[in-house]
Amino acid sequence: MDIGGLIAYLVSLAIMAGIFAVFALGLNIQWGYTGLFNIGIAGFFCIGAYTSAMITTPMPTGLYAQYVHQIFGLNLPFIFGLLGAALVCGFIAYLIGYPTLQLREDYLAIATIGIAETFRLIFNNEQWLANGPRGLMGLPQPLQGLVEARHYNYIYLVVVLAVMVVIYLSIERVIRSPWGRVLRAIREDEIASAMSGKDIFRFKMQSLIFGSMIMGVGGALYAHYTKAISPDVFTPLYGTFIIWVMLMAGGSGNNKGAVLGAFVIWGIWIGTKFLTDLLPYTLKARAPYIRFLIIGILLEIILIYRPRGLIGEEKRISKMID
Amino acid sequence: MAELIVYGVVLGSIIALGAIGLTLVYGILRFANFAHGDLMTAGAYVSLFLVTGLFPWFGIPDTTFGSLSFGWRMAFAFPIAMACVAAASIFFDRILYRPLRLKGSGSVILAISALGASFIIRMIVLILWGGDYHFYRPGVLRPAIILPLEIKIRPDQILILITVLSLVVFLYLFLKRTKMGKAMRATADNMELARVSGIDTERVIIWTWGIGGALAGAGGILYGIDVQLHPGMGWHFLLPLFAATILGGIGNMYGALVGALVMGVAQQVSTAYLLPTYKPAVAFIIMILILLVRPQGIFGGGRA
Repeated sequence: MDIGGLIAYLVSLAIMAGIFAVFALGLNIQWGYTGLFNIGIAGFFCIGAYTSAMITTPMPTGLYAQYVHQIFGLNLPFIFGLLGAALVCGFIAYLIGYPTLQLREDYLAIATIGIAETFRLIFNNEQWLANGPRGLMGLPQPLQGLVEARHYNYIYLVVVLAVMVVIYLSIERVIRSPWGRVLRAIREDEIASAMSGKDIFRFKMQSLIFGSMIMGVGGALYAHYTKAISPDVFTPLYGTFIIWVMLMAGGSGNNKGAVLGAFVIWGIWIGTKFLTDLLPYTLKARAPYIRFLIIGILLEIILIYRPRGLIGEEKRISKMID
Repeated sequence: MAELIVYGVVLGSIIALGAIGLTLVYGILRFANFAHGDLMTAGAYVSLFLVTGLFPWFGIPDTTFGSLSFGWRMAFAFPIAMACVAAASIFFDRILYRPLRLKGSGSVILAISALGASFIIRMIVLILWGGDYHFYRPGVLRPAIILPLEIKIRPDQILILITVLSLVVFLYLFLKRTKMGKAMRATADNMELARVSGIDTERVIIWTWGIGGALAGAGGILYGIDVQLHPGMGWHFLLPLFAATILGGIGNMYGALVGALVMGVAQQVSTAYLLPTYKPAVAFIIMILILLVRPQGIFGGGRA
C-alpha cells in the first residue's frame, strides 16, 4: 500500500470511529451520568439514519418510483437531516421512557431491546415506508462539489469531527451545570435525590431524550457517510453491543473516555480483520463471527478486571471546589 | 382460529421452559439474564451435534418412533444436551457473574455481562455451524392428525406438550418436596435471611443456574423439533421470555407459565392479521401494555 492509500484508509477509519464516538457520547449521558440502561441503541441508530435519509432525498419520480418506495422525501440540506433525526429520536425516546422510567432499571433495557427489534422488523417488512429490505440508496453528502469525489472523505472527516466536538462540548457544559449534578445524584442514590425534592422521572426522561437525540445524529452521520442504508445494518451486534464495549472500555461517566473508547475499540475491531485475514480459506466466511467473539470476550475482561475503563470517571468536576 | 390457539399453546409451552428458568434466575440472583434466550439456542445446537454428528458415528440407528419425526438418537440427545447447557450456565456463572457478585457490582453490570455472554454463545454457534437454518431431520414428511374443529396437529407437537408438562411437574415436586427446593424458595424470598439460617446460598445459586439452563436447553431442542434451528432463534425468544416473566410477576414460576402460554397464543393468533415475522414485536407491544397497566404482573407480589 502506498502512502496515499494508507492515509485514505486511516481517514475512513477515523470517520467511522468518529461516528461511533457520537453514539458513545449519547450513551454516556444515559448510562455514564444517569445510570439508564439503554440496550436498544440500534433502534435510535436506525431511526436517525432513515429519518435523515428521507429528509435529504427527493421523492422518487418516474420509472425510479416503481422500484423505490419511501413515505416522504423532502430534498432538504444535510443539516436538516441531522436536526430531524435528533427530533424524531427524542420523540421515540419519550414514548419508551414514559412506561418504563418509573419502574426498575432493567425494564428500560428490555423495552429498548424491544423498540430496536420492532423498528428493524418494520423497516424490513413495510415496503411503502422506506423500500423494505433493499433500503435507500444515493443519499446526498454535504459540501459534495467542493473537491474531487475521491478526496471527498477528507471533507466528511472534518464534518464528523466538527459534529463530534460540538456534541462533546455541549455535554461537558451541561453535565457541569446543576442539571448535570442532579443526573449524577440520581445515578448514585435515587431515593436521596428524590428526598431532596428532585423530580426523578423528569430528570431521567430528559437524560434519556438528550442521549437518544445524539444517537439520532450519529445515525444520520452514518447514513450520509455510507450513502446507502438497509435494515440489516442495524443489528444488535453492530448497532448496540459494540457501542457499549466502547463506552465500558473508555470509561463510563467520562466524555473523553467515551471518545477514546470509540477510537480504541474501532481500531481493535479493524485490527482483528487483519488477524482473521490470516485464517485458512475455509474459515474465512466465519471470520466476522470470530471478530465479534473477540469483542465479546474483551467486554467480559473489562467488566471483571477494569470496570473503570481506560480513563474512568473524573472525581472532581468543577474548578470551583478543590 | 382454533388451530392457531392450539399452535399458540405449543409455542407457549416452549416459551414457558425458558421463562420459568428466567424467572427463577431473576428471582434468586436479581438480575436480567439477557443470555437466557441464547442458552436455548445452545441446547438446540448441542442436540444437533449429537443427533447428526456424534450418534451416527456411534452407530445408533436412525429410525423414528411411530409417526414422530425422531427416534433413539433424539431420545438420548435430549437429556445429554440439557445437562450440557446446565453445565454451561454454571460455568458462565463461575467465570463471569460470580467475580462480579463478589465485588458487589450492581445488577445492571451483571446484566451487561449477561448481554456479553449472549453474544459470545451466539458467535460460537455461528462459528461452528454457520448462519443457515438447520433441521434435526431434513426433508422428513410430517403428517398431521386431524382433531375436531379442523385442528391439524402433528404427533411431534403432542409430544412437546407432554414433555413440557412433565418437566414442569417434575420441577414443582422438586421445589416443594426436596430440601434444595425449599432452600431455593427461601433464597428467592430473602437471600440474607436464607444465609443467616445456614443455607449455603452459593450452592443454591449453582442449582438455580443448573435448573434454569437445563430447562432453557430443553426449550431450544423442542423448538428445533417443532420448527427449525437458527443461530438467532434465542434472541427472538428473548422478548417473549421477558414479556412472560413480567406478565407473571418476576420470580413467580406459575406466573411465568401462564404468561408464557398467553404470549404463545397471542403471537400465533397475531399471524392471522400480521406477517409472522412480527411475532417478537407482538410480544413487545403486549409487554409495554403490561408495564403501563400492571407492572408488577398478574400474580405479582409487588416486587416491581
